[in-house]
Amino acid sequence: MSTFVPESFINKKVYSMKPSGIRKFFDIVNKMEDAISLGVGEPDFVTPWHIRDEAIYSLEKGRTYYTSNAGLPKLREEICNYVKKFNLFYSPNEVLVTVGGSEAIDLAMRTVLEPGDEVIIPEPSFVCYKPCAALAGAVPVTLETSADNDFKITAEELLGKITSKTKMLILTYPNNPTGAIMTKEDLIPIAKIAKEHNILVLSDEIYAELTYGGKHCSIASLPDMKDRTIVVNGFSKAFAMTGWRLGFVLANDKITSAMTKVHQYAIMSAPTVSQYAAIEALKNGEDSIKTMVSEYDNRRKIITDGFNKMNLTCFSPMGAFYIFPSIKSTGMSSDEFCETLLKKEKVALVPGTAFGSCGEGYVRVSYAYSVEQINTAMDRIKHFLDTI
Amino acid sequence: MNEKLLEVLESNCNLPIEQIALLSNMTVEEAAEQIEKMKTEKIILGNKSIINWEKTDKEFVTALIELKVTPQRGEGFDRIAERIYQFPEVKSLYLMAGAFDLTVIIEGKTMKEVALFVANRLAPMDCVISTSTHFVLKKYKYEGIIFADEEADTRQVITL
Repeated sequence: MSTFVPESFINKKVYSMKPSGIRKFFDIVNKMEDAISLGVGEPDFVTPWHIRDEAIYSLEKGRTYYTSNAGLPKLREEICNYVKKFNLFYSPNEVLVTVGGSEAIDLAMRTVLEPGDEVIIPEPSFVCYKPCAALAGAVPVTLETSADNDFKITAEELLGKITSKTKMLILTYPNNPTGAIMTKEDLIPIAKIAKEHNILVLSDEIYAELTYGGKHCSIASLPDMKDRTIVVNGFSKAFAMTGWRLGFVLANDKITSAMTKVHQYAIMSAPTVSQYAAIEALKNGEDSIKTMVSEYDNRRKIITDGFNKMNLTCFSPMGAFYIFPSIKSTGMSSDEFCETLLKKEKVALVPGTAFGSCGEGYVRVSYAYSVEQINTAMDRIKHFLDTI
Repeated sequence: MNEKLLEVLESNCNLPIEQIALLSNMTVEEAAEQIEKMKTEKIILGNKSIINWEKTDKEFVTALIELKVTPQRGEGFDRIAERIYQFPEVKSLYLMAGAFDLTVIIEGKTMKEVALFVANRLAPMDCVISTSTHFVLKKYKYEGIIFADEEADTRQVITL
């Protein structure tokens, strides 16, 4: 009988996948009393009551069955109405309801990519793109953005990464962790390159509602880009519905049909109760969004001003709920800064390197917290800077 | 009058003036000047803490009294209201549309004290036609603030 070695049964791609870089901070802060975390990447608001109430009603009515694989027809119809605000015009057969934006990203990559295809992934960015691309057999190609360009992608940098194998470009704006956005003017040259080089764009627009000063622009709304773009969006950030696990994809119907095949075998359908809640969110949630965005905007102003005054210079974020201040003036690495700050002042931030190696010299600070908590954390950080 | 400044003050009056100014898109000097001006104009009337007295040992009762009154010639309800709100026991007073005219919110140490106030002070007034007293048993929400204990933040401490 041969010896059983569990590791030998694990897919090599999965085995070699790095676990999230924040684990050690998570473990320390979890055991620490009186610690303040500004490290959470989800809203602090509870899902608005009218949405929760609708979910309860759907359970009372016994709506506990699977929905169609692509999602409730009524929800897909409402999604089509909703995205018109971003100048996106789709029909329900071009919509697929998924288990959060995360499933949508994984599905899109598994449906489109083949071994050896190259995927251009801008960094710093949310952590799932590289592993998902690798699991699909593709080759992730990092495109580093910098504070000098407000963490936007430039045409020149993009062209430098394109090869004959490039199949997909990831866009992730408004951006986690930098808070950067791309305006219509920024996107036009990117769209031109995508068309010239026959590249598909996967645009993760989960923070589309959280912009300050101007409405989000989707690359899919630019001329001849709709069919060339897979838009990923969802309910987690806009409606404070992270735990409901509900997102959606907008794409050419041939692509959504192909994605639906993978989705039906892997997932069957997104949670039914969440889908009914989402219909209510889309129909009557506009005021809730406005209230939350206004509150985030207040916190954004306070936290940006506070960090700049501490000389942790901060690019002015125009979207999402993060700031990405530079800690280079301290002479510490991102990891060292976060670890020492946590130990000395009990404030948890996320090192910029968790979002790609070009995040070195930065930390991500979430303002999905009350103003009171933010002010307390900033007092502690100021004390920390005064004593190092 | 600066509406944005008032909105900021209404929900964040404890913030330092620098942050109040920042949120109102003003300089600190402008914000301070506007606040003083609006205090003078009685637009800003004061700041109060909202306290859940049920969590303390203080014993008192709150009552809501519906009053039907006869408005006075030339002065409508305002003269009657003035006579009522002068009593320190009266915490709030509203002119209503509907089945009665005035809502009077009264606080007293005991139910007897409140009842006597209604019987001795309000009911005998010439213009008062009738009174109907309702005692508050429990406050659930006041000025937009829910009195029940908030659930602790159950989000994971760090998420990406």
